[in-house]
Amino acid sequence: MNSLEVQIERKRFAGAGNGAARIAIQGLDFAVPEGQFACIVGPSGCGKTTLLNIISALDKAFEGHVRIAGADGEAPRIGYVFQMPRLMPWLTVRDNVRLGLPRPSRGPGLAEALLAEMQLDDVLDANPGQLSGGMQRRVALARAFVNEPRLLLLDEPFLSLDAPTAERLRGQLLELWQRHPTTVLFVTHDLREALCLADRVLFLSPGPARVVLDYKVELPRPRNPESAAIDDLRRRLLDRYPELLAGIAKS
Amino acid sequence: MGFARSDIALRLISLVLLLLLWQVAGSLADSSLLPSPFAVGARLIRQVTQGDLLFHLGMTLFRVAASFIVAMTIGAVIGIVMGQHRSVDRLFDLWLVLGLNLPALVIMILCYVWLGLTDAAAIFAVALNKIPTVAVTMREGARAVDRDLLEVAEVLRLRWDRRLSKVYLPQLYPYFMASARNGLALIWKLVLVVELIGRSNGVGFELNVFFQYFDIAGVLAYTFAFIAVVLGVEMAAVRPLERRLTGWRQ
Repeated sequence: MNSLEVQIERKRFAGAGNGAARIAIQGLDFAVPEGQFACIVGPSGCGKTTLLNIISALDKAFEGHVRIAGADGEAPRIGYVFQMPRLMPWLTVRDNVRLGLPRPSRGPGLAEALLAEMQLDDVLDANPGQLSGGMQRRVALARAFVNEPRLLLLDEPFLSLDAPTAERLRGQLLELWQRHPTTVLFVTHDLREALCLADRVLFLSPGPARVVLDYKVELPRPRNPESAAIDDLRRRLLDRYPELLAGIAKS
Repeated sequence: MGFARSDIALRLISLVLLLLLWQVAGSLADSSLLPSPFAVGARLIRQVTQGDLLFHLGMTLFRVAASFIVAMTIGAVIGIVMGQHRSVDRLFDLWLVLGLNLPALVIMILCYVWLGLTDAAAIFAVALNKIPTVAVTMREGARAVDRDLLEVAEVLRLRWDRRLSKVYLPQLYPYFMASARNGLALIWKLVLVVELIGRSNGVGFELNVFFQYFDIAGVLAYTFAFIAVVLGVEMAAVRPLERRLTGWRQ
């Protein structure tokens, strides 16, 4: 059963000032089965964030439709981890995560348990401003997970972190996902990161974005981004589809 | 917070120095027009125990509180609405500019003339003086609200009350505190004027009486009582509130 079906005929942005309208996405179709970890890879500025904003219904002005499986009639539960952590600086770590809980199940302990799972239990009452960038991102991850979303969207969440921190967080994300299974759509422009995480990688063209290649990653987990297997796979892909992946090879 | 010990000592020395200067000047002048600190202190005690200083101070405090609440509430709502909606902003911006530049005295006279010599008119006149500045500050705040955080609230499907209390309003607290602080400073002063013009009690009214008798000791006694109350409110109410609402910023 598909957890997510996306069919975007066109998404256009009105031009700034009196410039011409820009088409960000055109003819973008794909579906993600339940429980799959899918990565979206595309060159910078190709419309990846726009895609996530459409799926999360932050952006409703587009032609086409998005279907997310969930409790019928009810709005589906979505977790969204943004590029920047976007924590509320006036709330403690605990309250930031509790923000993700819907009112009825806002029982004690849920947020705390998840934070403990992520080794954040000693900063429960700290303000986000006191945390390192990596810790802030873990809090953002916890906030997205705490509501047990049917669909988890991540928009280059580890972008501005140093390599070892990003690698640790990728490991934690996979652990969380294995313990709390959900469908994941992870956007990145880093092919190595995608191969390291995903069951399946969808490659987007430069804008207007559409899917140019749908690739299943068959490597066993855990995968090391520096390993020969990932390196090898990455090179093979780039060699096989040089023109399709031109925008990605550079980064 | 908290000052260093030497800092406190310096402040104390400064205060003593001021009193000393005043005492010397007073005894040199030897006139009822420049009473010494002791004379003023004695007068203050007499006004509290035998006069009705506390009653007048209470009336003034009541008018300050009422006009402060009215000004902050109306000003905040106007400012937030104008900051959120460009068309409303365009429509009423001129009114704000006009309001900012209306002399306080004119507003007071008009309120008394149109509404009668009542407390309601006095409170309304003071509030009306303050509303435009509150609105302008809150409009700045509403414009600076972080869209990214509002998106988080939307994705988390927060209900409107949690969205307001956890995501939206905390961003406005610094602006709210800034206008509360400036607002209070202005309102303290305006209330005395509005009392002087058209009320028959309150610190402003009493000052006018003392003025007519050239009773400077009385003027100064009331002044110091007034300053003490202003500082007390600042210490007991404004600062703790500020720490509570915007403490996360440091």
